[in-house]
Amino acid sequence: MPIPEAAGMTRRERYEQKQRLKSLIIAAASTICVVAALVIIVPMTPGWEKVQKSFFNGEVLAKTFPKLLDAFMVNVMIFAWSAPAIAILGLLIALARDAKSPALFPLRIFGAAFTDVFRGVPVILTVYLIGFGIPGLGLPRPWNSPFIWGSLALVLTYSAYVAEIFRAGIDSVHPSQRAAALSLGLSERQVMRDVVLPQAIRNVVPSQMNMLIALQKDVSLLSFIGPVEIFRQAGVFKSLFANFTPYVGAAIIFLIVTIPATRYADYLMARQMRERS
Amino acid sequence: MHKIELHKVVKRFGQNTVCDGVDLTVEKNQMVCLIGASGAGKSTLLRCINLLEPIEDGEIFLDGEDISIPGLNPQRVRAKIGMVFQNFNLFPHMTAYENAILAPRRVHGLSKLQLQSEIEALFERFELADRMHNYPDQLSGGQQQRVAIVRALAMKPEVMLFDEITSALDPQLVGDVLDVLLKLKSQGMTMVLATHEMGFARQAADKVCFLKDGKIIEEGTSKQVFDAPKKSETKAFLARAFK
Ligand SMILES: Nc1ncnc2c1ncn2[C@@H]1O[C@H](COP(=O)(O)OP(=O)(O)O)[C@@H](O)[C@H]1O
Ligand SMILES: [Mg+2]
Repeated sequence: MPIPEAAGMTRRERYEQKQRLKSLIIAAASTICVVAALVIIVPMTPGWEKVQKSFFNGEVLAKTFPKLLDAFMVNVMIFAWSAPAIAILGLLIALARDAKSPALFPLRIFGAAFTDVFRGVPVILTVYLIGFGIPGLGLPRPWNSPFIWGSLALVLTYSAYVAEIFRAGIDSVHPSQRAAALSLGLSERQVMRDVVLPQAIRNVVPSQMNMLIALQKDVSLLSFIGPVEIFRQAGVFKSLFANFTPYVGAAIIFLIVTIPATRYADYLMARQMRERS
Repeated sequence: MHKIELHKVVKRFGQNTVCDGVDLTVEKNQMVCLIGASGAGKSTLLRCINLLEPIEDGEIFLDGEDISIPGLNPQRVRAKIGMVFQNFNLFPHMTAYENAILAPRRVHGLSKLQLQSEIEALFERFELADRMHNYPDQLSGGQQQRVAIVRALAMKPEVMLFDEITSALDPQLVGDVLDVLLKLKSQGMTMVLATHEMGFARQAADKVCFLKDGKIIEEGTSKQVFDAPKKSETKAFLARAFK
């Protein structure tokens, strides 16, 4: 079958265009089949009506969604101040762990202990221990706020992971870059700041994006120590309406944020792979 | 006084002795070429001179000053000795211009403004003015290597070390870079080159040293070494190189 746009194309391009069209048709057809099967079969299951009522209740969703969005702003807020703190602390820990001068040896030990401890403890435990423990000292307002200490728990845990990623990034910069910079008379410190770190940071942007996405989700752990963020708000609505739909609403809100972010991180990762090859 | 003097320099990597008691003198304004098979220790010797590698034994003098004293701060020495590498090693996150201005700013503490005309003049001198604000990956290999030379010259070094700087280039780009070396020589730069460009060494070198297994086996003017080599190893190497 001659394809109209085929004029002026090489044989190879015509072939590839045909293949693309074929794949597209097959993919579309198979997707339609699967979706149709789900839409037809799932509602035929015996429990579907009950599940639909308690998880996919349009009325409840409409009533709770705006409030859930409001509560999500609390997540965004906690995220917004934690993320820069994590970036800074993570970088400092990474540098501390790679410190060479003997005077900084204690710093190295501290960095190693820090990453071991905070990567070794489940996030929720750190959130509990710090989030309940420190306000338990009876500090005056606002220093007894679970926002502060809960965020600190996230910052500490995530810094440990982020520091390790930065270290991997520092290692990924080829030693010849260091040699070239040193040969110009730069000091070790200048080499790190001007030559190694900028490249290291650029190399780990995709991995750090994934940490940001994970952080955005883990902000919800703070619900266990007080702040009424989206997960907690959904719980309140669940009790109020005796219905699980608010949780589905919360999940939808998360996905609206995390799916584009994940796609973007994947795109950055793929681009970096291409650049390296 | 010699510009550079190496006295019985020994460099080991573990059990592997890579420089095995090397004696070498480089006079002011001289171009010295190190030749020899790959693995002979040419790169390592250059790296030792620039204090990128600590030496196990022997001394290295720059203008009569022992720069190989253990514990000596190498920065001041390296600022006086420029080095250019086989793989360019430009900083990929900076433009050519930023590559060149970084070290003079940091090490000499000069401002961008103070340096601007001088750095721009360097790029012009090496016909790179129109490429100054490109990133390394937007430049050809030959241009990148010339930028690397400009970057080293921006520090106003007294000596330049070149480590096989044309080996990673496409053959048609080699000439441009060699022309730069000739230009530097005519301006009186003191230079030490590790090179596989035998034709160039023969034509341009004031002194040629043949290295084998970390030793300088034979040295002399380019006429002596290329036209009348004395040692059988040198003869064998040159026969292969000019085959
Ligand atoms: N960083 C290093 N660690 C261990 N061995 C090295 C290192 N650099 C060079 N060598 C060894 O030193 C010898 C000389 O290498 P090199 O100086 O690069 O020779 P050339 O430049 O003449 O080819 C080789 O055997 C090489 O394997
Ligand atoms: Mg070499």
